[in-house]
Amino acid sequence: MSPVGTMNLELDHETRAFRAEVRSWLATNVPTTPLPPVDTPEGDRAHRAWERRLAAAGLSVVSWPSTYGGRDVSPLQWLIFEEEYHRARAPVRINQNGLFLLAPTLFTHGTAEQRARLLPRMARADDVWAQAWSEPEAGSDLAGIRSRAVRTDGGWLLSGQKTWSTRAAQADHAFGLFRTGADRHRGLTYLMFDLRAAGVTVRPIQQVGGAAGFAEIFLDQVFVPDADVLGEVDQGWSVAMSTAGHERGLSLRSPGRFTAAAERLVRLWCRAGAHADPALSDRVVAGWIAARAYQLHSYGTATRETADPMPEPPPSPGRADRPAQAGSTALRDSGHAASMTKVFWSELDVALHEVALDLLGPYAETGGPRPDSAGRAGDAGGADAWLDGYLFSLAGPIYAGTNEIQRTVIAERVLGLPRDRR
Amino acid sequence: MKLTPSAEQEQFAAAIHAMLTEADIPAVARKWTAGDPAAGQALWRRLAELGVTGLAVPARWGGLAAHPADLVVACEELGHHALPGPAAESIAALPMLLTTLGDDALCETWLPRLATGEVIGTLAVPPHVPYATDADVVSLVLRADEQTLRLGVPGPRRRSVDGTRRLVEVADGALLATGPAVGPAVAHALDAGALACAAQLLGAGHALLETTLRYAGQRTQFGHPIGQFQAVKHQLADVAIGLEFARPLLYAAAVALADHPPTAARDVSAAKVACTDAAQRAARTALQVHGAIGYARESGLDSWLTRIWALARTWGTQSWHRDRIRTALATGALT
Ligand SMILES: Cc1cc2nc3c(=O)[nH]c(=O)nc-3n(C[C@H](O)[C@H](O)[C@H](O)COP(=O)(O)OP(=O)(O)OC[C@H]3O[C@@H](n4cnc5c(N)ncnc54)[C@H](O)[C@@H]3O)c2cc1C
Repeated sequence: MSPVGTMNLELDHETRAFRAEVRSWLATNVPTTPLPPVDTPEGDRAHRAWERRLAAAGLSVVSWPSTYGGRDVSPLQWLIFEEEYHRARAPVRINQNGLFLLAPTLFTHGTAEQRARLLPRMARADDVWAQAWSEPEAGSDLAGIRSRAVRTDGGWLLSGQKTWSTRAAQADHAFGLFRTGADRHRGLTYLMFDLRAAGVTVRPIQQVGGAAGFAEIFLDQVFVPDADVLGEVDQGWSVAMSTAGHERGLSLRSPGRFTAAAERLVRLWCRAGAHADPALSDRVVAGWIAARAYQLHSYGTATRETADPMPEPPPSPGRADRPAQAGSTALRDSGHAASMTKVFWSELDVALHEVALDLLGPYAETGGPRPDSAGRAGDAGGADAWLDGYLFSLAGPIYAGTNEIQRTVIAERVLGLPRDRR
Repeated sequence: MKLTPSAEQEQFAAAIHAMLTEADIPAVARKWTAGDPAAGQALWRRLAELGVTGLAVPARWGGLAAHPADLVVACEELGHHALPGPAAESIAALPMLLTTLGDDALCETWLPRLATGEVIGTLAVPPHVPYATDADVVSLVLRADEQTLRLGVPGPRRRSVDGTRRLVEVADGALLATGPAVGPAVAHALDAGALACAAQLLGAGHALLETTLRYAGQRTQFGHPIGQFQAVKHQLADVAIGLEFARPLLYAAAVALADHPPTAARDVSAAKVACTDAAQRAARTALQVHGAIGYARESGLDSWLTRIWALARTWGTQSWHRDRIRTALATGALT
């Protein structure tokens, strides 16, 4: 055997066949006109219906085990699915908080009963989930959570206020952290609750751009049965941190989203005839390179044969991770390396959209097409998509742990620099 | 050589600031967005009383014939308060266009009324300014290209990311002027509009810096005001540096617009490029330092954010302005 391995970028036959299948299904099934905005009543219905079609075709959760509606595909194939999904401009995943954040946590920390009860319904968007972590006084300082869960017969009573909860105004359930003890980190419990339960009030909040994309949740003695505690009581922090890795890392914002955006950007650039402005051209090229870098980096993670050179941090005391036997094959960046991924994709997203708006010039602010591109918006994205996408991209460096916090995590936990004074 | 505001200019800025601070601009802006411009028009009349609308109008037509630096000082305040209405158009570009064109009949009809604030005007100059901002709520709408100046006939309205900017498609109306005098007049109007835009961008950038500094002093996480964290400090310091070094370019552009040396276009473009970059950095940082609350409309941050995103690409894109600078530099206009 040669001591020198060979690298190649070729996909095996099975993966190519999978890509072809996904591509052809999307080509015939993705709606030709965009669905109404996801946070409107019509949009909610349309996006849920879309998820049911995806699920019926076996494409809603390809990386999950087949028991729960998945197809057990390899990590690489999951990346390929994502590329095709975004390239086809298929609808936004209404249940992304459930699919990409809660599900991985259920696979790692949930009970068999919880998985069987929750995952199949999640895969069909019968239940749409919201993440209820942040509070007015607990943003970056998440351990400053004040909402509490108090023991009662057969379960818990939740009281307090959550905020900035994406899609909570339309979702069915939420998952969040609640104070069950005095210790800052080891006094938090991970609970799932029904957003329609007695004692829950949801107030939508308008975002920049006008959409009511997130909401406040007020909780007044809301009953949650013991069956909806995720992980051990008082161990919510370590359970939550495993979800945070998914939010920051590959699963929430996979490379396919950005390679597709970079392709649309290049088409917009070719069409706008912007070759003349070297500064803009350079930014288009830089955006394309960065998107490709993220894609290749993820291929490396998905196909690595040896141990990850970026080791998991030592487990924090009391960490209750269970072996992930029931796990999905969805990719997961190891430990704090997910923070590097998060800074990279969020900055990339802003950069791609900023160049696109500069290419659109005075038409960018209208969110309408340039008059000279009528009828051809599809393959390069209309200005409406670029403008909305820009507003959305600006939130990326804020949610899932701000980039300031991530850079400190990278410096301290990945690079091993001395801890900041706090 | 003098490149800082005079005591009179500072007083002028302070007077505008005081007047606009008293007015409830968010309420005025909401009404303007909803198509009810009465409160906004009343505010514009108060600006006229302070002399703002007559700055670029010659004395002969009832204006102040002020130096463009005064225009910069005023527009910076308007940007600082995110005043609704077509400021670059009505206060800068239109008066400069009509004055440079030198058609007495046109001047006599419009300039005195623009100066007194009786008329607010707007103007489309495709391709740089493809829509006439607020054409459906003002009483003078023009449409200019290199050969002709016409009345504009308001058509369908397009949304802007900044709800107060009512972007209106305008069709050709009655011909007002044609011939060799139109090109230079339109070019001058473009420079004036770009300068006024740059000044508003700088003002909006400063407003965001101030608001964000206040917030960073109040918001506590991990037991400390977030302004105590170095990552926050450094970002705000970079915003301040950007704004600080954009301002001299803005004043130099005002001087160029007054004296029109051969390098005037270069200097106006340098100001627009620098003010846009500085304001966009201020916008990104303001949002980032506010966190989720900045992303929520109720914080009010979006009135400056969206104004900056809109003004950044109108009255000449960054590409177009950079290209004008490149052309000037390549032909030896270095100093
Ligand atoms: C569009 C959007 C959707 C969201 N969706 C959800 C959701 O579904 N569920 C949910 O629970 N939350 C959600 N959030 C909230 C998000 O998690 C928080 O915004 C984030 O955790 C930051 O908290 P904060 O907004 O309170 O900002 P703060 O924590 O107040 O931070 C303000 C600024 O200070 C900086 N800062 C704070 N501490 C430090 C430090 N130690 N060192 C250096 N800098 C620091 C931050 O980086 C930031 O720039 C969403 C936010 C947005 C914008």
